[in-house]
Amino acid sequence: MAFPTFPELQQTFGEQVRSMHGEYVQTAGPEVRGIVEVLRRDWGARIVTVFAEDRRADDGVFFNYYVFEQLGNPSYLILRAPVRPDDLEFPSLSAEIPAVNWQEREIQDWFGLKAVGHPNPRRVAMHDNWPDVRPLRKDFPFAIALPPFEGERHIYRPALGEGVLQVPVGPVHAGIIEPGHFNFAVAGEPILYLQLRMFYTHKGTEKLFEKLPIHKAVFLAESISGDSSFSHGTAFCQAIERAAEIEVPQSALMTRTILLELERIYNHVADIGAIATDVGFVVANAHASRLREMLLNLNEQVSGSRLLRGVVCVGGVRRPWQAGQQNLLRSAIDLLEKEFENLIALIYSSDSTRDRLEHTGILRPEKARDLGIVGVGGRASGVDLDVRRDHPYAAYDQVTFRTPVYQAGDVWHRMQVRIDEVIESINILRSATEHNLYGAHCAAPRPIPSDRCAISAVEGWRGEIIHWVRTGPGNRLERCKIKDPSLNNWPALVEAVQGNIIADFPVINKSFNLSYSGTDR
Amino acid sequence: MFKIIQQTIRTGIVTTSYPGTPADVSPFFRGKPVFDLERWRDARGPAEVCPTQAIAVQDEADQRTVTIDYGRCVFCGLCAETESGSAVRVTREFELATHDRSRLIVTANYQLNLDGSHARLLKCSKAEDEVEKTGNTLRTAIQELLGRSLSIRQVDAGSCNGCEIEIVGLNNPIYDIERFGIHFVASPRHADMLLVTGPVTRNMELALVKTFGATPSPKLVVAVGACGISGGIFGESYASLGGVEKVLPVNVYIPGCPPRPQALLHGILLAVGRLAEK
Repeated sequence: MAFPTFPELQQTFGEQVRSMHGEYVQTAGPEVRGIVEVLRRDWGARIVTVFAEDRRADDGVFFNYYVFEQLGNPSYLILRAPVRPDDLEFPSLSAEIPAVNWQEREIQDWFGLKAVGHPNPRRVAMHDNWPDVRPLRKDFPFAIALPPFEGERHIYRPALGEGVLQVPVGPVHAGIIEPGHFNFAVAGEPILYLQLRMFYTHKGTEKLFEKLPIHKAVFLAESISGDSSFSHGTAFCQAIERAAEIEVPQSALMTRTILLELERIYNHVADIGAIATDVGFVVANAHASRLREMLLNLNEQVSGSRLLRGVVCVGGVRRPWQAGQQNLLRSAIDLLEKEFENLIALIYSSDSTRDRLEHTGILRPEKARDLGIVGVGGRASGVDLDVRRDHPYAAYDQVTFRTPVYQAGDVWHRMQVRIDEVIESINILRSATEHNLYGAHCAAPRPIPSDRCAISAVEGWRGEIIHWVRTGPGNRLERCKIKDPSLNNWPALVEAVQGNIIADFPVINKSFNLSYSGTDR
Repeated sequence: MFKIIQQTIRTGIVTTSYPGTPADVSPFFRGKPVFDLERWRDARGPAEVCPTQAIAVQDEADQRTVTIDYGRCVFCGLCAETESGSAVRVTREFELATHDRSRLIVTANYQLNLDGSHARLLKCSKAEDEVEKTGNTLRTAIQELLGRSLSIRQVDAGSCNGCEIEIVGLNNPIYDIERFGIHFVASPRHADMLLVTGPVTRNMELALVKTFGATPSPKLVVAVGACGISGGIFGESYASLGGVEKVLPVNVYIPGCPPRPQALLHGILLAVGRLAEK
């Protein structure tokens, strides 16, 4: 399948589409609803992300970007829709496409544009007590100290009814996890309705990308979500490489593939253990966390960093493989496989664990599709997406793997997806280490040309990570948009917990294990 | 049940003997970069590449002040890869925790050549001993109370979650922090120590202050990681206040990005006086 060509678009939309350059289709104004509807209905397109850019200085307008993908087509199609600064309004798609609900509200919060017709236009990113600022506009200074915040931090919808209680939780939670605020409406034990307030860890990351030279920005990308350092770092470097047309050496691509899979495995193993803990199977977690420690040590032995930081760079990876590292990796893979089999046998041997996890926290496939759920949570609910297969990057076109997809959508199947993926990852690692890794590890550095746009995607262990950049003069960036898979997936948690008892919330939450920092940036 | 016992027996004891014996770290591990201040010919290259401004240079006439702040360092090793980096060496040292923020900072003054390279080292600074002494007397009182058993409440005040990954690791069978009588608790009301990561975001400021208020005295605050100590790569901005000490009094600083579990153990045990500074 392919996207429509420009003449085809013109035939249907006439003056509404102005031009097409590469994957970018420029529209006449902010109105894109008709085009989006046709792309989705007739061309089988899925909306990947929506974001904005302040181009008032150069083009006199804001741009909204709508990114589309098609199953079986490795390219993206991107609508670029100008929004006039004297008008600021753009039509909302959220009523038809709930997947863009938060993203359109982010555009409202960060840029001060207005999503007309949004069913729930309240703030999402900035808390209700923030002053009226527009941090991602170019004239907003990054280093400003905002005055103390006043007033109500969150205004929740009331939950009414006899015996209905609202239970606030967070932002400081009971475990060693990230901060966010949950407001449960409960009737007795079952959860009626969950309201989420995220963005507690908002650090101004996208704005900061505009302030750093590109080689330093790589480290910022590694700090978007700590457990996905290598995936985010790679997504960022790939975007720069595409913008500057840098060809990454073959063995560097294979090295990236290996490290991306190592990141997936250590996180999946940790999650499998954590899910077991949340239903009281602590012994399984002891083994899982022992295995995770082994994997973090392995990361350090092949990369110098337990979290695979400081490895990826624009053009490849920073260091060549050292003598012995490859053998060490091979024997570690064998040990890992054996240990993982034992861990899974242990979990499968516990009927009470299975009993607690099956039919718990169900996310129905149609809900998952409507909400645009990606990654593990999506694949457990019938959403068959995998960037590694759909938009091959690194060396994924040279290894074979299967993408597990289930329809049941409960905690058990989200764990099952992880189990299957670890097994697939072990196979990928095995075949990747057969390749020659001792070729060039990095392309020769060169200045990054200005005013180039590029999109890049990586299947992080949580799911689809998107980075979009526009380069600027002097090896800097004009804009860097980051979409962590968690941003799409939080609303899935809201759906999955409904009707479950509040005591099962931790295990349902853990089965998605979304990144707060990746969401909040 | 049989499977559980079988696997437990097969696994045996996996707990590390650290800190009783030195940590077993990979030869590829990137720890503290050390600087041969006498031989250092030019700090501009390393300062230019450093992602967090942990190395900073300030020139005045024909003199230069170089500041190296391990509280900002993310241990990427870029400084040692620059041309002028032959005086910079990445070591495997990681036990960098300290009571005194200034002990993480080294300053060096150089006389400059015309081309801006260093002609000679004029002076370099180390920590002030006076501060150390006052710190010591204060510490013993708290240590007597908390030294044997300690309850920790971890607070993520805005971190990327990297530090949490390693902190969670302290509970695994390898590091098993409970062998020291130390455990993580669910409420600040049960805690003796707040283990804080982050840069402190504007949105977490109030929660952090309230958590500190809910912790009974005497209490300790430990700032974890480059971001917790100094704001790290995020620095100070409309969204970030910088390091934990901008909001709370900090007793111990644990550098790293993130600090490895042994570095965290070292810092926590240092805070209660069961280990010394290295």
